[in-house]
Amino acid sequence: MIMFERFPLLVTFFTSLLIILGFFIPRAPFGDIQQTLLVWVLIISGFAALLGVDSLLRLHIKRVTSRGEGWAYSLVLILTFVFIFGLGVFSGIKYGTAFSLASPFMYAYTYGIIPLQATMFSLLAFFITSAAYRAFKARSIDATFLLVAAALVIIGRVPIGGMVWAKLPVIADWILDWPSMAARRGVLLGITLGAIGTSLRIMVGIERSYLR
Amino acid sequence: MVFFFVLFFIPSVLLQSITNLTAFDTPNDAGGSITITWNVATELQTGGIVRYEIFRSKSASGGYENIGIALSNKTKYVDTSARDGMDYYYYVVAVSKEGETGKSGIFGPVSSTLQWFNTKRWNVLVILVFLIFAFFFYINLARKGIKTFIRKIPGLEALDDAVGRSTEMGKPILYIPGLWGLTNVTVLASLSILRRVAKKTAEYGARIMIPNANPLVMTATQEVVKEAYLEAGRPDLYNEKDIFFLTGDQFGYAAGCDGIIVREKPGAIFLLGVFAAESLILAETGNSIGAIQISGTTSTLQLPFFVASCDYTLIGEEMLAAASYLSGEPVMLGSLKGEDLAKIVMILLIIVGALLTTFGVVDITGLFSTG
Repeated sequence: MIMFERFPLLVTFFTSLLIILGFFIPRAPFGDIQQTLLVWVLIISGFAALLGVDSLLRLHIKRVTSRGEGWAYSLVLILTFVFIFGLGVFSGIKYGTAFSLASPFMYAYTYGIIPLQATMFSLLAFFITSAAYRAFKARSIDATFLLVAAALVIIGRVPIGGMVWAKLPVIADWILDWPSMAARRGVLLGITLGAIGTSLRIMVGIERSYLR
Repeated sequence: MVFFFVLFFIPSVLLQSITNLTAFDTPNDAGGSITITWNVATELQTGGIVRYEIFRSKSASGGYENIGIALSNKTKYVDTSARDGMDYYYYVVAVSKEGETGKSGIFGPVSSTLQWFNTKRWNVLVILVFLIFAFFFYINLARKGIKTFIRKIPGLEALDDAVGRSTEMGKPILYIPGLWGLTNVTVLASLSILRRVAKKTAEYGARIMIPNANPLVMTATQEVVKEAYLEAGRPDLYNEKDIFFLTGDQFGYAAGCDGIIVREKPGAIFLLGVFAAESLILAETGNSIGAIQISGTTSTLQLPFFVASCDYTLIGEEMLAAASYLSGEPVMLGSLKGEDLAKIVMILLIIVGALLTTFGVVDITGLFSTG
């Protein structure tokens, strides 16, 4: 029983150890082991996608059958899923791969999905403006520094900044390349050490929350 | 006179102008590779070379085969078709539009071997050994009962309050674990925090919703929440349908989460995981409905967005420290102190490195290179 409980910990420990050894030992089988395990992850993820489809369809089919709130949108989702899936299968049979640029599947992707993605992405401009309006208020000395730095970077990164004063783009680049980069690297250093610490905790079995 | 110069002198110059041909076992590799380098006389380089052809044989006296070409701007070729332990001989020919214009002497024998250690990574090994030492040193201290001071992390302290406030308002809780899969350590840290949030949610009898972008993360979040509800003694409240798959598409996921935020108007939103450009779309929508928002990520580019739009933000390593911090177990907290010691050493190394580089002692930077 104790062995059964410890088995996942042993698998975790030895798998981690193999990957660490693979980083330092170039010869086979150690050198390739990380790539091999990543391929395993991809294969498992491929099958796991079915779980996602199952969850998504079950939720929306139930909403349609029970006439829940917004059931019409769920119906659109189900029909669209079936339609795109059908296009994928048809394109795969006709063109050898669904990802052929001439296939109807890629047509739907290029003229349906990509514009929708671009629409959501373009909303970011408005969200940045509203967030900046709240963040860049000179309420304290720190906030004033932030406001000034942000104003210089914003003006320096657009063409009109360079037209107003040729040094503005240089100042904007300096702020991004030095103080901003120093702060980012400080955070990155902490993240890297934190990731190593977390990995060690998981590897030696101190942190087991992922097992429960 | 000119005719004789062209006929005899130039070819003799060209035929001697690939010099210093060297071949050696490619270092720090898995074997099967020999690196060949050479020098070229300036007159040959400017003489219109279009490529170099590399010839190899198992015998010095003959049987040479063309095994590949190198571009005219290269003076190095890596032969990856060598068999370990077998002796090879090489020579290189420079080819111009007119044909062969230069040839090296023969170099050999040389053979490839498997390497047991990547010598360019010795520095990483030293740092790793030090980290492991610091890590276990503080864990050992914790096991002996020596208490360690860990500063308060406001974002983690506010978890219970956020769940409580949402419950009082009669609103659901929305937990967004981001786009990445279980191979990312930040997602594992997010699951640790989810455990605490879900337990409190169960204790307060509130509803938690978790839209997922990754099917494996969905399965993991379902298990974590189910376990947390069991621990809280309220397995009856667990509803698997509230932990669902949305889409793996970045902006589709953002649109779906935004829809949930606007329709369900959650009282508390947790944005904990790995995020990209969708971070601000989610955080600003949450802000617009007045939800209390706790965010955390290791994506440094998204941190400013979260700081601007959320009430609390776990910055980088705070997120990764969450499991230890929330558990409150001395051994887990001790491991955090080990990380702190490593951080101090790193900062000292950076300061020393910066000073030495400033004073022109640049060799120190090479010590941190991994090739």
